[in-house]
Amino acid sequence: MSALPLIGAALRRKKTRTFLTFSSVVFAFLIFGVLSMLRVALAAGVDIANEDRLVVRHRVSLFQMLPESYEADIERLDSVVDAVHMTWFGGVYQDPSNFFMQSPVHPAEYLDMYPEVRLSEEEKLRWIETRNGAVAGRASAERYGWEIGDRIPIQPTIWRQQGRGDDAWEFELVGIYDSEVEGFDETQFLFRYDFFDEARSFGRGTVGWYMVRVNDPERAAEAAAAIDDLFLNSEAETKSEPEGAFAAGFANQIGNLGLIVTAILGAVFFTILLVAGNTMAQSVRERIGEIGLLKALGFTSDRVMRLVLLESVALSTTAGLTGLLFAVGLGAALRPTLATYFPGLFLRPQDLLLGIALALLTGLVTGIFPARQAMRLRTAFALRRL
Amino acid sequence: MSDDGREPGADSPMVEVRRVTRTFRQGKRTVPVLRGLSLEMQSGEFLALMGPSGSGKSTLLNLIAGLDRPSGGEVIVGGSEIHRLSERRLAAWRSRNIGFVFQFSNLLGALNARKNVAVPLLLTSLSRKDRQNRVAIALDIVGLADRGGHYPRELSGGEQQRVGIARAIVGDPALLVCDEPTGDLDRGTTVEILDLLSALNRDHGKTILMVTHDPLAAARASRTLHLDDGRLVAEPAADALDAGETAA
Repeated sequence: MSALPLIGAALRRKKTRTFLTFSSVVFAFLIFGVLSMLRVALAAGVDIANEDRLVVRHRVSLFQMLPESYEADIERLDSVVDAVHMTWFGGVYQDPSNFFMQSPVHPAEYLDMYPEVRLSEEEKLRWIETRNGAVAGRASAERYGWEIGDRIPIQPTIWRQQGRGDDAWEFELVGIYDSEVEGFDETQFLFRYDFFDEARSFGRGTVGWYMVRVNDPERAAEAAAAIDDLFLNSEAETKSEPEGAFAAGFANQIGNLGLIVTAILGAVFFTILLVAGNTMAQSVRERIGEIGLLKALGFTSDRVMRLVLLESVALSTTAGLTGLLFAVGLGAALRPTLATYFPGLFLRPQDLLLGIALALLTGLVTGIFPARQAMRLRTAFALRRL
Repeated sequence: MSDDGREPGADSPMVEVRRVTRTFRQGKRTVPVLRGLSLEMQSGEFLALMGPSGSGKSTLLNLIAGLDRPSGGEVIVGGSEIHRLSERRLAAWRSRNIGFVFQFSNLLGALNARKNVAVPLLLTSLSRKDRQNRVAIALDIVGLADRGGHYPRELSGGEQQRVGIARAIVGDPALLVCDEPTGDLDRGTTVEILDLLSALNRDHGKTILMVTHDPLAAARASRTLHLDDGRLVAEPAADALDAGETAA
């Protein structure tokens, strides 16, 4: 039997109410989609973190500097393959709201450490040859309209140039990188460390943190301990941890994001359950006569229950999918603008599937009680309500 | 063959009601509505049930139509002991053997006339084309062949009731049960609907059981039975009937 005409008729019976219920479910799943994307974006560093990479920073905080000489010491350890350093530059491009990560690096070493960064051979060569050369992620380049060859002034907030006061640092854009790894930060602005170190007015020979590749990811914890032991009781003791743990800690500085997102989603879905469940129950109450009619015509109680349940599931699933599609669209529309703050703003397939499953579950939960009520109606009693 | 395996004899009545009782609970009280009532109805008969409100007419109709179960006694329709059938089998039996006509047509507002008439056929294994053919025939019989695409709100009260009758006959049931089919209609439309029911009885061989308060409607029946206080009674005097009508 095709129940579609009856389900369609039931949903069209009170169009305004159906529309409002539909809209509330759409909105709930839009929120679900957006929060899922935000959670993924904020944890992007954790998800794309490489298991064989460690972050080594000052034991006190990320903003305490480490000697550059540590690099050679770290690389001497048997468990270490390679080490590169990065430093928080924290400059401003045109306006303080134009936030993106800037760091001086050794180009060749950095590119070895991050094969995810894709630059043409010509761009790599020019970066190594050009003293004030810099490369930018495609997201930043597109946002600010940069093209290769452009001179890009960055106003210092920490690292002023020796003898030049607050003058802007001027970099020449020699490459624009992108990455095949979904969620990899394509907003970074990277320039040569030797140029930076010679020109800065203080802190020469120091760096922000080290990225270290170990030869055995299974023994990354041991390697981290070995590095920390190396600098124990020195002026700059270190704290080493896997890249994923570092990124998670960085993301969680604003709180336990997973818990926050789950709490919001829980509140939203509980509200939706109440709204949709009440609407379905009311709809069935109003249709007692119609349900009696169907039973009189020969629809069994089980069949009537399935009809009401299908009606609820159809409404919830259609609205849920619509909300998720809106979220995907919103993510695509906002991705270029928000790439700086939320690189990797996209709805993962597993979150999409979870959303669909939740929509189905919402339909079942909100429909089951009215469906049982419809199933239990005595036909002769229900017909008196016609 | 009937649902309970009995083969109705050629001379068996279409409907046999034997010593049927029906009681309802009202708080701690048990209220008898039917008190050991028996009746028979032959195939092709047009029977009207009359009586004051609360006399048990609709309860008897519900028992014969398989919408309710007796507290005692037997109900045999078309050879089937329907008081013994499970809920599921009773629903299936209703879909094949009974056509319902109600006081209000009770059409689904979001479906046009054609789709409303087709609702009982959703329970069958008929192909889409066969369903469409049956719906077209049913609408033609009730004189609404050209109104199938109209929604209930676009039809007059009489037309809506005709669509309700088309829905009742689309599955070609042997027995039509009508509960006050003209109770909500004006006199002119009442005559039209009664003409239609008479034609279904006369030309299409439908057995019709009709509950009514309206003497004009009852006059169309081949036999009229009167109920009072859960029992069949002789035809009441005109003044008693008037009193019952007033009470209704």
